Amino acid sequence: MKITINGRTIEAKEGQTILQAALANGMYIPHLCYHDKVGAAGKCRACVVEVEGMRGLQTSCSVQLRDGMVITTDSETVRNAQKLVIDLMLSSGTHDCLACEQNGNCELQDAAYFLGIERPSVQYGEINREFDTSSEFIYVERNKCISCGRCVAACNNTVVNQVLDFGHRGHHTEIVFDTDIPMGDSTCVQCGECSQMCPVGAIVDKNAIGKGRIWEFKKVETVCPYCGVGCKLELHIDERTNKIVKVKGVEDSPTNNGMLCVKGRYGFDFVAHPERLTTPLIKENGQFREASWEEAIELVASKFKALKDEFGPDSFMGLASAKVTNEENYTFQKLMRTAIRTNNVDHCARL
Amino acid sequence: MAGLAASFGSGAMTNDIKGMKDSDVALIIGSDTSEAHPVISARIKQAVKEGRTKLIVIDPKKIKMADFAEIYACQRPGTDVAVLNGMMHLILKNGWEDKEFIVNRVDPESFEALKKEVENFTPEYVEKISGIPAETLEKIAELFGKAKVAALYYAMGITQHTTGVDNVKSTANLQMLCGNMGVPGGGVNPLRGQSNVQGACDMGGLPNVYTAYQQVSNADTQAKMEKFWNVQLSNKVGKPMTVAFDDAYEGKMKAFFIMGENPMISDPDLHHAEEALKKLDFLVVEDIFLTETAKLADVVLPATTYAEKEGTFTNTERRVQKLDPAVKAPGSAKHDWEIHQMIANKMGLSWNYQNAEEIFNEMASVTPSYAGMSYERIGRMGLHWPCPTKDHPGTPVLHAGKFTKGLGTMFAIPFRAPAEMPDEEYPTYLTTGRILQHFHTGTMSRKSQGLNNLAGPHVMISVEDAERMGVGNSEQVKVTTRRGSITTKAFVTKRIPKGTAYVPFHFWEAPANILTNNALDPVAKIPEYKVCACKLERA
Repeated sequence: MKITINGRTIEAKEGQTILQAALANGMYIPHLCYHDKVGAAGKCRACVVEVEGMRGLQTSCSVQLRDGMVITTDSETVRNAQKLVIDLMLSSGTHDCLACEQNGNCELQDAAYFLGIERPSVQYGEINREFDTSSEFIYVERNKCISCGRCVAACNNTVVNQVLDFGHRGHHTEIVFDTDIPMGDSTCVQCGECSQMCPVGAIVDKNAIGKGRIWEFKKVETVCPYCGVGCKLELHIDERTNKIVKVKGVEDSPTNNGMLCVKGRYGFDFVAHPERLTTPLIKENGQFREASWEEAIELVASKFKALKDEFGPDSFMGLASAKVTNEENYTFQKLMRTAIRTNNVDHCARL
Repeated sequence: MAGLAASFGSGAMTNDIKGMKDSDVALIIGSDTSEAHPVISARIKQAVKEGRTKLIVIDPKKIKMADFAEIYACQRPGTDVAVLNGMMHLILKNGWEDKEFIVNRVDPESFEALKKEVENFTPEYVEKISGIPAETLEKIAELFGKAKVAALYYAMGITQHTTGVDNVKSTANLQMLCGNMGVPGGGVNPLRGQSNVQGACDMGGLPNVYTAYQQVSNADTQAKMEKFWNVQLSNKVGKPMTVAFDDAYEGKMKAFFIMGENPMISDPDLHHAEEALKKLDFLVVEDIFLTETAKLADVVLPATTYAEKEGTFTNTERRVQKLDPAVKAPGSAKHDWEIHQMIANKMGLSWNYQNAEEIFNEMASVTPSYAGMSYERIGRMGLHWPCPTKDHPGTPVLHAGKFTKGLGTMFAIPFRAPAEMPDEEYPTYLTTGRILQHFHTGTMSRKSQGLNNLAGPHVMISVEDAERMGVGNSEQVKVTTRRGSITTKAFVTKRIPKGTAYVPFHFWEAPANILTNNALDPVAKIPEYKVCACKLERA
């Protein structure tokens, strides 16, 4: 079907909302509670637009397209309404970007930038909600929460862990864990879906705090090394320190749709661990000593040859690995079968 | 795997992750899904919450998924064949089987044999064996039998038994009986537990097959591979790992080459495994850390982690996905394939791989199910095998219209009890497995202080057993079996039934596999990690 946004005619799909069609065509409309995965909430009202033939302003995240619809997202009325919403949000918490973990990755900041809001025009009184640092991997700062509800929807409908919810009333409404207990004491399994969904700096990954800003990192997509689900990861790498700083789930991956578990998201310390092996080791008189690759390979190959000649290929056993790549399992079994000449190859599929 | 290969002709998860939302009913038996496969558990929970799927959970432990279940049944460990036969008994008795599917897709003689076998498995008989009340089994059979499309999920809770192959064949029997094969939202779905366990199997990391399950004992295959690699090959089926350890223990093996595995935590009866490795003339270990196993080695070769590698993993749903290097390896650590190439060349071969992609292309050219794949085609989203040609879209659902082997085979499976049952001296069932916060032998996850803070070694015991011993949460308990004993913290929980103890196997401080029985399934050679007899004492 054909619709018109800001005088531009575009082809849209049946079932799309105004916001979806606009975003798909590179037209930004500020939005905070809507996310592809958790869907429309119609809460934040930042995405209001004008639609010909409809009274008042419409939330573009919740209005389904009809053929021939004519939409305006950049009139003065619309802009003023959007500005007011974002302005009030900025006033409602400590949205100070300077040391915020989400700086450069914050959708509220994006909206403010888009609308040209330098400072909130209303100043609330003292805002001093408690920080929740009780969780091992997740840091919660309710002062920055805009009550968009994405984390609540994600926890309840996406990962279905059912820990997060809104508690209290009116001005005191805030996100709570279980029966409003500290996150670390709750039944939260720390999958981090809430942190991935949070549009602002209210829920962030603890182990990434202070490690650098989003634009400083190299992003690399790869596959989780833990269980067999094969979740796609986006690793954020600090190239100066050669370290993984943060892990995100890849949203458009058909395997995990951005979801991860506590190990995949936060259990990457082993990669840069000081106990990593960095050089071959040879045991002499019961003690390991460091060796060069030449020496180690020479020893392995000569020992393999001698034992094979004396005791035959079937006195060897090769254990391949369920944790290394296909390519390396292929070369491993090829080595056992062509160099040693044995089919004694197995791995711990059964264990 | 051996079980599904016998039933269908292919031993892998039959369906894909995306289709999990399409089941009317899902049965989880022998998988603690939210602990071991959390993201798949989320998919199933989503389907339940959205009202698409009704869930049945059968497990000795009242796992978290049971909270989402329409019906939960607590079975005694090691009674899966009886339970599944009982379900099939009721389905046949009530005429809920898929008659059309059976006529068209199943070997008729095998169906008759199954029918005859399950005749004896009345709900009352099954109750005696499994402890599941007859009326609960009736409800389960009705919900499952009447479902339009039902999926079955299992993990090591089905396979790690001396009857592992029998258990797997029983799941295949049930799914064929109900016509749930070859359709989205159905299938027999073994959830693979390690990032590339499917790939390691596909790549011929097994004693009886080259890549894509091409038999080493088949003369044509041997000739093809000899020509391809330009060497003479052995046609003798090799030893499975568990057998090789027994042989090493008896002094019959001389050298082990271990890549990225830690049998000193993962093997059954660790005392036995340690003795076996110590008797070798030469042990080479290639790993990222000086693991419990590497400490016993003569030579240790430093390798790279997932974050440093280029290559592919094949996930549980047979999707081949790409890994890309993100960080540089520490020191002089090398990729595993580079190490293999150095050894091969030193031993007189001439390998000349420049990168992982060259290896992939060589492998694909001799591997029918990967033949149509390339790094370019795998792209960001991956491809499901079988993908036999360059224009094949990949196969998310196996066995649509026809089984890999033609007609499916059902098997008449009598019930056999586990190798070691509780008795007067060791009155408690011991079962082992994973917890969410750690992975396998802990080589990776135990290096995270945060994960260690979240979960440490423990034994889960029932409230009744805790009260009997006068043990409270976090107090020390000694767990003893005929193989050895460990002392660890008690985790007292209503999720464990009386007379059962559960020990996660990740922890070297209290290794579950000091306790486990190395009795093996006669075909798959898988150890019986899920059942043995123990005694619990206040320590």
